Amino acid sequence: MPNIKTLAQREEKEVRFTPGHTLCAGCAEPMVVRTVLNAIEEPVVAASPTGCLEVATSRFPGTAWNVPWIHVAFENAGAVISGVEAAYKALTKTGAVAKRIRFVVFGGDGGTYDIGLQALSGALERGHDFLYVCVNNEAYMNTGVQRSSATPRCASATTSPVGDAIPGKPQDRKDLTQIVVGHHVPYVGQAAVSNLIDLANKVERAMKYDGPKFLNVLTTCPLGWRTPRDSAIVQAKLAVETRYWPLYEVIEGKYKINYKPKAHVPVEEWLKTQGRFRHLFRDPKGKERIAEFQAAVDRHWNDLLRKEQCLSGGEAGQG
Amino acid sequence: MRKVMTGHKAVAEAMRQIEPDVVAVYPITPQSEIAEYYADYVHDGIVHTELVPVESEHSAMSACVGAAAAGARVMTATSSQGLALLVEVLYIAAGMRLPIVMALANRSLSAPINIHCDHSDAYLARDAGAFQVFCESAQEVYDYTLIAQRIAEHDKIRLPGIVNLDGFSLTHTSQVVEPLEDAVAKKFVGVFKPVHPLLDVDKPVTWGPFAMPDYYFELKRAQQAAIEEVPTVFLDVQKAFAKTSGRAYAGFVEKYRLDDADRALVVLGSTAGTAKIAVDALRSKGEKVGLLKVWLYRPFPYQAVASALERVKHVAVLDRAISFGAMGALYSDVATSLVRSQVRPALHNYIYGLGGRDITAEQLAEVLVGLEKVHPDEVLRYIGLRE
Repeated sequence: MPNIKTLAQREEKEVRFTPGHTLCAGCAEPMVVRTVLNAIEEPVVAASPTGCLEVATSRFPGTAWNVPWIHVAFENAGAVISGVEAAYKALTKTGAVAKRIRFVVFGGDGGTYDIGLQALSGALERGHDFLYVCVNNEAYMNTGVQRSSATPRCASATTSPVGDAIPGKPQDRKDLTQIVVGHHVPYVGQAAVSNLIDLANKVERAMKYDGPKFLNVLTTCPLGWRTPRDSAIVQAKLAVETRYWPLYEVIEGKYKINYKPKAHVPVEEWLKTQGRFRHLFRDPKGKERIAEFQAAVDRHWNDLLRKEQCLSGGEAGQG
Repeated sequence: MRKVMTGHKAVAEAMRQIEPDVVAVYPITPQSEIAEYYADYVHDGIVHTELVPVESEHSAMSACVGAAAAGARVMTATSSQGLALLVEVLYIAAGMRLPIVMALANRSLSAPINIHCDHSDAYLARDAGAFQVFCESAQEVYDYTLIAQRIAEHDKIRLPGIVNLDGFSLTHTSQVVEPLEDAVAKKFVGVFKPVHPLLDVDKPVTWGPFAMPDYYFELKRAQQAAIEEVPTVFLDVQKAFAKTSGRAYAGFVEKYRLDDADRALVVLGSTAGTAKIAVDALRSKGEKVGLLKVWLYRPFPYQAVASALERVKHVAVLDRAISFGAMGALYSDVATSLVRSQVRPALHNYIYGLGGRDITAEQLAEVLVGLEKVHPDEVLRYIGLRE
């Protein structure tokens, strides 16, 4: 399994994602991209749907990508990588391409949970050999923090603002990781930018499989979450410690929770550090809403524990 | 060898001979047999093509773009609502200069949902940046699929191309077609040479960047320069095809008994066949009538159309789709063609055949017979409509 030293050595040998992009100060996305690219030994062709990462890394005539990379539109990264991978298969058959090449998509939550879900689902079902990494910062951050189906309940976003009648987003986020599990692909995982070695290990384990692989990576956005610019790692770490964002994987249908926090840290500890939830601590009904939020976190965590117990392949409880 | 086949089969046959590396296709909205025929070739192992049976037409064109950028020869087919769904990505394919040839079975756009022939889908894709050819017969469908592939992949062009074939009257009607021998067809189309392919991992390239006001305009102007090269290449490829096949296509338009005509029709697609019957019938009665059939619809051959029509006295331009709130799209192009001519015909615009409404030789003859009495007052007229 790769450690920080190996990752650094690989990056020293070949810088796959270069500095000079225009992502915001404090943005966690480059850490995810670099870790994933450095965790793969073979040559990589990458794709991205429209989003923060795409806009900030490919402004003509510059580019931050030192691997072949393609962007086509917002809703179709799953289909685009399907085409790239099909071309690879065909040209391998004819002998035009001889190298082993791996295919990776880096998509935001908008391009993955929402507008790109159909193309992703189609690509998963057809069994293309690729890794899809959802760089999930929980809203449409690039365009001004509009809510997505990855946005947590109560969060303030510009299309689910805190108004007098409706305080933030009324709905729970969608569980995309579980939707992908429902496609019975060989590898599905959840990771966070706070746990980069865990992320690298997951990529390495995922890439052992042919076929579709999916990683949902929680990636702090200081702008949208309204958190200090130096807090991206702390924020993601708290999301993991409060069990809001469990680190787990489902390999060939078998569940494994990679990290089980020893202490029960209330989700309130995470919520109170972010401007998007500030209203919960000012509004008299906030306590009730925080309790509901906590209940949802507990329910999902307990569901996950049960899944691990029932569908673990005999490794239950080892975290 | 002459064979009886439908327009759909003619496309599939040409595709089999071209043998693209990747075919990404969605067979429905509305249903087209092209995907089914091609799936047979793939599943029978007679082509090396990777078939990507996508979950929508949007994904079909998206996968085509990915595959073409990766370095593969790529084809697809669509129709009607499917075209409407994928048109976003067709603009992108053109902007990224990807030579993707697509058969378009021309069928009406909803609402109401219909599935029969008209040209509303082709007109929707008019400004996408793909070159477009219209076909009169299954033979032309076969021939122009091969021709389009060679134009699209020409190093001066590198653009998507659309081969239009009328829904049902061409797609589902059996006609005699004489395909080329496989080896001859393959030699005519040639070997595809990708430019800056993604799969050349030693030379990483960024495809589909973000261009702001400082570059966007120049990049779009460069795209216009590419499509402006199509007419020259089109004529060269037609000539090469005539040499290979013995079928003497020459020019962007076909002039049928037009030289001394005082009245003429201008049409796209299979209606040209019906119009020829009407012209012949009137000619046998001594009427000086003719027909102009437009093969190359985009880029539009303004000069060829002007020189074919400027000496005609009355011209009826037939549009098989309404451009709501405006004159017909083909009429507007013909009018633009003639605007600089010193002598020019009185122009009339007729809408016909929407949603598969039949168009007969008698109706077309009627248009030609009465044409000099119609006041050319920029009013749309309708053929075969109950008002």
